[in-house]
Amino acid sequence: MAIDLNTLKIPGPTITAQTKPFWDASAEGRLTIQHCEDCGKAIFYPRPICPHCWSKRLLWKDASGRGRLKSFSEVHKPGHPGWLPAAPYVVGLVELVEGSTMLSFILAGTRPLQIGAMLLFAPTAIGGRVLPAFKPVEPGQEEKPK
Amino acid sequence: MSRSKGSIVGIGELKPQRLTQGVTTLQMIAEVSRLAVLDAGLEPAAIDGLLVGPQVGETPQHVPATIAEYLGLAPTMANVVDLGGASGAGMVWRAAAAIEAGMCETVLCVLANNREETAPRSPNRNPIREFDVPFGASGANISYALLMQAHMAEYGSTAPDFAAIAAAALANAQLNPDAIFYGKVADVDAVLASPMIASPLHLLEIVMPVAGGEAVVVTSADRARSLRKPPVHLLGAGEKVTHRAVSQAPSLTSGPLKSAMARAFHQSGTDADAMDLLSLYDCYTIMVATTVEDAGLCAPGQFGAWLCDHDLSHKGDKPLNTHGGQLGFGQPDLAGGMTHVVEAVRQLRGEAGERQIGKAGLALVTGNGATMSEATALVLGAA
Ligand SMILES: [Zn+2]
Repeated sequence: MAIDLNTLKIPGPTITAQTKPFWDASAEGRLTIQHCEDCGKAIFYPRPICPHCWSKRLLWKDASGRGRLKSFSEVHKPGHPGWLPAAPYVVGLVELVEGSTMLSFILAGTRPLQIGAMLLFAPTAIGGRVLPAFKPVEPGQEEKPK
Repeated sequence: MSRSKGSIVGIGELKPQRLTQGVTTLQMIAEVSRLAVLDAGLEPAAIDGLLVGPQVGETPQHVPATIAEYLGLAPTMANVVDLGGASGAGMVWRAAAAIEAGMCETVLCVLANNREETAPRSPNRNPIREFDVPFGASGANISYALLMQAHMAEYGSTAPDFAAIAAAALANAQLNPDAIFYGKVADVDAVLASPMIASPLHLLEIVMPVAGGEAVVVTSADRARSLRKPPVHLLGAGEKVTHRAVSQAPSLTSGPLKSAMARAFHQSGTDADAMDLLSLYDCYTIMVATTVEDAGLCAPGQFGAWLCDHDLSHKGDKPLNTHGGQLGFGQPDLAGGMTHVVEAVRQLRGEAGERQIGKAGLALVTGNGATMSEATALVLGAA
């Protein structure tokens, strides 16, 4: 991609007190998500109750930053005009090894992207803020996920 | 087969337009409501139930009261049905249920939208806005592209398999002079040659947004017998809502329509193979593919072969979206889902003219909203 993603004039996240720990961590280059102390499941996106068991005993924990690409799309005609200078760019569904799935920006790797590819958390300056993007694991770069 | 749960006795439809100028959605609701009530042969005063859609921007709140006042109605049951593309089908069973509950006798179900050149951007403050939009994933195209890519990876379905759905819709639209693609055909190659919007979705695999309106009048089966048009009976319905953001979808290759259709078939004592018309929600080609598979018309992943084996035209063995579907007709926002109800009523009445199917006893109508999230299925039967 030729352009600097950080120069994009795009809508940022609409952060609330509930979601601030996620975005604050992201700004520091960390990926943190909620975990339910009662059912043990990981939760994305942040909520006041666990969507699996409705427990309120939720803890923020840093995630491994490893995930699997469930699907992706190369966006040629963005839904928001602010993204036009970056097109085509790739968004994907990332299933974190913790179990929850998030949508994210997928940075280009050296090989064509494939569903099932292993991804790594790659905090990236996009539109004037650091967003929790992901990048493909390159051959020889990584062992198998735990 | 089961007894009628209620009957559709009137339909109205506005010809879709690419853009409107200085026309409000309320005006369009009035025009299309009048058509449906006239078609039913009823006086406006006979309408004592009102189901409407949300109206982002124009009337954020008090929508039923605003519309009732505008139309001069005083309904004894009024509500908003907010299920995206499933709203139209969702209205039909809710109308029948409200009548059965004794709340009203004759319900107007209406959806319409204007389409001005400078529509305001969404004022949303919800999880989609916070966790999808900042990554460059605004709008439904990307969500359905993700569903389509996942189907291709899981089953090996191909770009031409999907393009064939759009080509069939546009072919059917050639018998509907109101369709936005009337006079404009595209074969599989032409669909694949249309611009890539969000891979693997091409432009012609995506509905064209238009202005328009659709309305139906639902009453009790008893009352329907005395009205001027042959009633179309609601024999079964099903609904399911699972998520909103595509990242939260329980499956990328099967949707909530699967259980909604199963319930509709069970209630009506029918099955997918018994349907004479498939009126399937088609915002994108992938939606038809998944619905055909979820209905059990073919095995999961096999829609491509199924398409090759069947003729989807009005003369064919599996007529599918004889009005051109929304891919051929255009998508008048939430009213787009209701086009599938209105066309099914035309066919089951024997009023579809040049595109009338042969045997027209049973129709499956599906509605789908958001990102394969909101699902309603109806089984309709001829009088
Ligand atoms: Zn829990």
